[in-house]
Amino acid sequence: MEKMKVVGLSGDQIAAYAAKQCRVDVVSAYPITPQTIIVEEYSNYVANGEVDTEFICVESEHSAMSACIGASLTGARVFTATSSQGLALMHEMLYIASGLRCPIVMCVVNRALSAPINIHCDHSDMMGSRDCGWIQVFAENAQEVYDWVIQAFKIAEDREVLLPMAVNLDGFTISHALEDIRVLEDGAVDEFLPEREAVYRLDPDNPILVGPLVLPDYYFEFKVQQEEAMRKAAEKIGEVTREYYEYSSRKYAPIDPFNVEGANTALIAMGSTAGMLRTVARQLEREGKRVAVIKLWLYRPFPGDELIKLVEDMESLIVLDRTLSFGAPVGPLCSDVIAALYNAGRCDIRVANAVYGLGGRDLTPAEVEELSMKALKMAETKMVDKRMEFIGVRE
Amino acid sequence: MSRDELPGWRSIAIGSVIPEPATARKYRTGDWRVFRPVIDLDKCIGCLLCWIYCPDASIQQSDRKVKVDYDYCKGCGICAEECPVKAIAMVEEA
Ligand code: SF4
Ligand code: SF4
Repeated sequence: MEKMKVVGLSGDQIAAYAAKQCRVDVVSAYPITPQTIIVEEYSNYVANGEVDTEFICVESEHSAMSACIGASLTGARVFTATSSQGLALMHEMLYIASGLRCPIVMCVVNRALSAPINIHCDHSDMMGSRDCGWIQVFAENAQEVYDWVIQAFKIAEDREVLLPMAVNLDGFTISHALEDIRVLEDGAVDEFLPEREAVYRLDPDNPILVGPLVLPDYYFEFKVQQEEAMRKAAEKIGEVTREYYEYSSRKYAPIDPFNVEGANTALIAMGSTAGMLRTVARQLEREGKRVAVIKLWLYRPFPGDELIKLVEDMESLIVLDRTLSFGAPVGPLCSDVIAALYNAGRCDIRVANAVYGLGGRDLTPAEVEELSMKALKMAETKMVDKRMEFIGVRE
Repeated sequence: MSRDELPGWRSIAIGSVIPEPATARKYRTGDWRVFRPVIDLDKCIGCLLCWIYCPDASIQQSDRKVKVDYDYCKGCGICAEECPVKAIAMVEEA
């Protein structure tokens, strides 16, 4: 059942468009490059009367997330967006949103953190709030932004999940680039995503207490509930993506693999970089060199089991991190991959980490080719020369 | 109540929501106390200053007869300090 039309919009614009089709009740946000267009576009919808949404203007991202939490607790469907310093300023409230089980959906337009100030893409903003209890997906292009925003509401609002969800899109590369995007008819979105039904909501006629002091005798139990909700989210993502396929003919999953069959090595990455990795992999394929590209859509909950299934016949992996975890043995994505391999008893698979693209630096096809050759060599020699390297940095 | 008698994560409301009123009654907070106030009713003149001053409503009274509700009393000692006839002694908990 494909009900579709094509629009030409940027990643930011399509994020707002998707939220509009999801019939969001409340948006509260603060502008920040390169996210601004999302809320600008959404405020246009409000001003033009195209949506029945309460748009709450605030003076900071901390307040934006606070307003989103309050709104979500009343049972409203809530959307917001931010980037970089804005996400960092929200940090405190991100934990409150997940702790109070508010299924807010937020687009995080990934941008480097200051200092020095920089407006271009890397993943240090989301990775800085990695442990905030939000479900996190990374889109590769504007089409994926659209599809994930719609699916995100359904996943987040599921009664067994009830966690906030961040849809990450690379700053400028996705946020500001125009693409042809296939969108569903409004009615199809309505059918796929019915109105939110809250389990508990603030309602003067049926009072409840939200946000009490919880001491050592109960706090831990609430944190384990959140962890359980993450496990449920992993199941629901399977269900929701299968259902969405019926509507869109586009198949999503926790992981998007390429060239995996018969490959003895893979590059692993998230976000817009994956497209270029595949292009290089196709070139190498023509020269008889097979390198798989494994793109993670889902970062939290981490799809460790799915990943192991894809790499179980491989000898080596290179994990690309678009952030630097200062002083850590490897970057955060690489660290998760190594942990998943260790948990599965697969320490024999050699892993190296490539940190790239900080502050919007381009990763070139030549560099990716070099990485691919390194990965192939690691598979052959079963040795890792350099565990972590920085790609394209001047000495 | 010992830790093992409390309900586990599967049975408590999600997100630390308290879905019904007056549950504070069920949550006894008196175990923070180091000193317990003990009232000598022979000395007590029934002025009810302790009842007025107790920040936790842990002094109960009827007909000017006072008694401490140890389920919630934190042992702050304000009642003993304010009692004009020194009828309240703060005794160290065992
Ligand atoms: S010790 Fe403090 S809490 Fe306890 S009864 Fe006296 S005033 Fe109230
Ligand atoms: S303050 Fe002292 S005298 Fe007054 S009611 Fe309390 S115990 Fe009795």
